[in-house]
Amino acid sequence: MSIQVKFFASLRDELGRDSAEIEDAGDMKVVDIWQQVAGNQPFSGNILAAVNMEYAQADSPVRDGDEVAFFPPVTGG
Amino acid sequence: MIEIIDSPFDPHARLADYQRSLQSVGGYGAEASFTGYMRDHNDGERVTGMHLEYYPGMTERHLQSIADEAARRWELLEVLILHRVGDIAVGEAIVLVAAWSAHRADAFEACRFMMEDLKSRAPFWKKEQLDPGERWVQGNTPGYK
Repeated sequence: MSIQVKFFASLRDELGRDSAEIEDAGDMKVVDIWQQVAGNQPFSGNILAAVNMEYAQADSPVRDGDEVAFFPPVTGG
Repeated sequence: MIEIIDSPFDPHARLADYQRSLQSVGGYGAEASFTGYMRDHNDGERVTGMHLEYYPGMTERHLQSIADEAARRWELLEVLILHRVGDIAVGEAIVLVAAWSAHRADAFEACRFMMEDLKSRAPFWKKEQLDPGERWVQGNTPGYK
């Protein structure tokens, strides 16, 4: 198992990919996943996150097999 | 009912069709609806088209949670949320939200609540086509002034 990561909209364009796979290192949080996929770019207020399709925070726990998504502020409707 | 739609739809026809299908005829005394359309301008620039992206799975789940929350807060008989994705032309409907209730206050307020929550929280992203170029829309403006 591993952690599947998805990127959407302008964030996908900036990172240059739509997904990534992270090995579960144990006791991981959303911000740890972000640092692995985005390098030096800080996890700012302009980046939203979801774990298993529910909104999550920087310190939300991530477990093996989870799907984590990162995306910019939403603009539907 | 919630639905993601990937081709043009007629909001008034869909509203009429859905209302005809309801089993609660006689129970509702009010229906409030809102339709959002694609404008030909935004932020001082002419917009010629739009691509609407979503997060399959999370978007449907979030729209259902909006409908469920509205049903908890107000006395509603039915809720309908339709939202377009994909390539959208100027003038086409993007979103339809409707609520049926015994009385107007619940229908009006639930409709507004669902629309505002959708605009601020539902995972959709708009990319506008300009002449020339394209750009991601950076954020939605607040609905309440």
